Amino acid sequence: MEFNTIYNNLFYLVPEIAVSAFLLLVVLADLILGNNKKLLPYLSIAGMLVAGFCVMNQMTFSGAVFSPSGQSKSFGMVTVDSFGAFFKLLVVISTILVVFFSFSSEEIKKSTRRQGEYYTLILGMVLGMFLMISATDLILIYLSLELMSLSSYVLTGFTKLKDRNSEAALKYLIYGAVSSGLMLFGISIVYGLTGSTNLYVINTLLQSPQINMLALGIAGILIFAGIGYKISAAPFHFWTPDVYEGAPITITAFLSVASKAAGFALLARFIKVTFVSSVAPSGHWLLIPVFPWKELLIVISILTMTLGNFTALWQTNLKRMLAYSSIAHAGYLLLSVAVLSNQGLVAMLVYFAIYAFMNLGAFFIVMIIANKIGSEDLEDYKGLGYSMPFLGVTFGMFLVSLTGLPPSAGFIGKLYLFIALVDANMITVAVIALLNTVVALYYYIRVLKEMFLSKPTGEPVSLRLSPLSLILILVMLAPVVIFGVYFTPVVEFAKSCITILGM
Amino acid sequence: MAYFPILSFITFLPVLGMLIILCLPGTQEKLIKGLTAAVTATQVVLAGIILHSYNYSLSGVFQQNSFQFIEKFRWIEISGLSWLGTVKVDYFLGIDGISAPMVLLTALISFIATLSSWNISKSVKGFMALFLLLDTGMMGVFVSLDFFLFYVFWELMLLPMYFLIGVWGGPRKEYAAIKFFIYTLVGSVFMLLVMIGLYFSAKELLPNGTSAFTFNLLSLMDPKNYTATGILSPLNPHNLRFVAYIALFIGFAIKIPMFPFHTWLPDAHVEAPTPISVILAGVLLKMGTYGIIRISYPIFPEITRQLAWYIALFGMINIIYGALCALAQKDFKKMIAYSSVSHMGYVLLGMASLTTVGINGAIFQMFNHGTITAMLFLIVGVVYDRTHTRGLDDFGGLALKMPVYTFFVTIAFFAAIGLPSMSGFISESFVFLGSFSVDSIRIITMFSTLGILLGAGYMLWALQRVFLGKFNEKWNMLTDLTVREYLMFIPLTIVIFLLGIYPSGMLNIMNTSVNSLVDFMNKMPANFSMLGKF
Repeated sequence: MEFNTIYNNLFYLVPEIAVSAFLLLVVLADLILGNNKKLLPYLSIAGMLVAGFCVMNQMTFSGAVFSPSGQSKSFGMVTVDSFGAFFKLLVVISTILVVFFSFSSEEIKKSTRRQGEYYTLILGMVLGMFLMISATDLILIYLSLELMSLSSYVLTGFTKLKDRNSEAALKYLIYGAVSSGLMLFGISIVYGLTGSTNLYVINTLLQSPQINMLALGIAGILIFAGIGYKISAAPFHFWTPDVYEGAPITITAFLSVASKAAGFALLARFIKVTFVSSVAPSGHWLLIPVFPWKELLIVISILTMTLGNFTALWQTNLKRMLAYSSIAHAGYLLLSVAVLSNQGLVAMLVYFAIYAFMNLGAFFIVMIIANKIGSEDLEDYKGLGYSMPFLGVTFGMFLVSLTGLPPSAGFIGKLYLFIALVDANMITVAVIALLNTVVALYYYIRVLKEMFLSKPTGEPVSLRLSPLSLILILVMLAPVVIFGVYFTPVVEFAKSCITILGM
Repeated sequence: MAYFPILSFITFLPVLGMLIILCLPGTQEKLIKGLTAAVTATQVVLAGIILHSYNYSLSGVFQQNSFQFIEKFRWIEISGLSWLGTVKVDYFLGIDGISAPMVLLTALISFIATLSSWNISKSVKGFMALFLLLDTGMMGVFVSLDFFLFYVFWELMLLPMYFLIGVWGGPRKEYAAIKFFIYTLVGSVFMLLVMIGLYFSAKELLPNGTSAFTFNLLSLMDPKNYTATGILSPLNPHNLRFVAYIALFIGFAIKIPMFPFHTWLPDAHVEAPTPISVILAGVLLKMGTYGIIRISYPIFPEITRQLAWYIALFGMINIIYGALCALAQKDFKKMIAYSSVSHMGYVLLGMASLTTVGINGAIFQMFNHGTITAMLFLIVGVVYDRTHTRGLDDFGGLALKMPVYTFFVTIAFFAAIGLPSMSGFISESFVFLGSFSVDSIRIITMFSTLGILLGAGYMLWALQRVFLGKFNEKWNMLTDLTVREYLMFIPLTIVIFLLGIYPSGMLNIMNTSVNSLVDFMNKMPANFSMLGKF
């Protein structure tokens, strides 16, 4: 590739370049400003706003860039399309919210001197996610996954305040290393079979019959292990509860939304680009019959949601409960990939758009309450609904939405998922998923029970919310309430964003 | 008459009241209670206006143009893609002879329940706010004609009900509340699935000539709208209509509650505070049977006919089993709760007859059970408020100390037994008339009449134990009814006698619709001839 092509192609990478630039700015500012770290979060937010603005521009056009030599322009290493733009936007929004969370987090405030690293690493994660969302080359997929993972390992152990903190980081690192090793092995097998790491090239090669199915099957499972680890699908979910409990809440929230979103974007794109030969007029994807993705994904998703939901029932720590709940949600989301259709894609986008707000909202309120009472144990939530009525009621609304009861937005996410399932004639799966919702109700409602039905044990604590927290809660609550009653905008938006550039 | 969206108003007025209450300080208890009473009283007035301008000759059921007070707006519209089609959900309200009695019932019972919640003292603000939200949910279920809307209202009630039982209930409130919630949610997830299945099976013609999938209940009733491949379409030889019918039926049966899904009811009733028991028995149970008549019957007529015998059988089990359980109870409230199970059995039996008389009787029984059981729960509430005990054997001879109270108790008990000149008699006899005329369920009907005997047994026995016999000196300080309690009992007593002596007042409202429903159901086989494979 000559300089000119690279230069022209850079246009497609503007958001990534913006994130990198601001990442360096934060490092520099951290060095120059010395002990005054007040500016850093604002700088990160500015960076996210710029990146978000650049992403908005990508909504309308698509293209694949950095093609391997000798291939036509449509085989790229990086693909820019509206699907990617949607997820990048989601990452941007959740990053901005998480940076705002960090303002009011006691945990983060305590480590003033190292704030520079904190924001740098967050931006590093964002860069990794951006690349992961757009990557259509196995090497880039692996690199971006590692970039994101490495940043998040450090962030998990960032505060170093508790033993749990370091334990979580170490666990995360070990599990992560194993799964990325597996993934790399899978990638090498695919390369051996096809002679290429470019997903588009692999796709065309897979359509010819002389492929060793066994080797490809093993490779598929290995690569899925790497991605499944990121989206915490069973049986690769073991790290999730420990890490979510041990990490600072801001990071837990970030991992449960942004990193999961990037993982799902990668999974959907990987399957669509590599294994789908064409899309039928009915919106269903025609899979190249080399690997049983549908069956695998269905089994994994049912396993994931059932495990997540049933284990969440026994949790007494709220962060841990929300961790298992997010595993269960990953199960539902996997179903939207498993239907292998455009309907499923719409369901996935709608679900994510809503899930981001309700999950971040729930974590934020847990954080505010933990700041005040110094605990995330359900035991200590007894009677909180009366001493902090506003937080109690809004937390209740987020939890109801996570359960998926109408008229909250969570219901719309579930509704679209079930519509996609019924449309693909997966009735049994839909029944299992629905019964799972009932199980989920039990642990979400248990929190409400403790807050409103139980008598407070200790002294009632009252809490004055800072204006920023109030605004943040309302900002996250608004979509949860509004999209529940009037969901046209979010669905229209999702529908306009399902173009995955593929064969 | 200038167009006035009266149904929206009657439905959302409570939400408006709730928002105002949320803005008031919690210490203004009088004001909050007064406001709630005003809202529910306005609902009664609106229901009166609806009754006054109701056109008795229009049938409704499956024809949009013969529904009344229609409000239809596009609520959600998502433009089509080649593979998704247009998604649309209508805000579609309207009433006919099946829903009108329920609207009246809801308005009346909500008002009475507000009065009976006057002595709630624990966080009045929260109670009234949740109560009003519940009210909206109930009213919404009865007026919506779009499945999606119906479902949203149906689910809307769950959370307020959970808190109303869970926060203001008795000693085992948490258990009862979560049991109620889980049972109902299991039912409604099945309903959700059927709703989505139906959505993919029928297309409604749009004004611009294209067609789109629809949640509109009336469009779903029309066999012409079904597509050839829909999983719940009768035209599809491999359809799942039978399974869907059962799933939907279970969803509704849990709410009725039909044996064997009834176990949440005694728990919920015993733990719930009086006003909530009144709402639960008076209105919520009706939503199950209403749902069956409104949705299962006209959308799945062929399967309803196949399964009518089983519905009657379960009706009989409900009647006899409920009555036997009621006989065995030592707790006044639990006895009334089981009597509800028994009385809802009559509704099922009447519905299963698929005759005009039987269904008329069933709907009438829904209304009458609503008023009579509400009164019974109020009666328990009165004595519980004063003595904080509900054991049937703890009392005795209360008639001496509380003669006026005993007077109302006697009326309610006899109405529940089904004494002529009271409303319960008419509806029960209609139910039996209807079901006896159908050969296949004649035997079931004959056994079901035992329920009346048993009913008389537990009611009179309770009357004897609590109000007659030797006066228990422990209750010397008891006082008779207060003015507020008079206000609760008198309207219900009037309604019970009025409909006992002049049942046509109510029967005329529903007769046209029920006729047309029965016609519709019997006419269906011609179009659904490919069915019945199951």
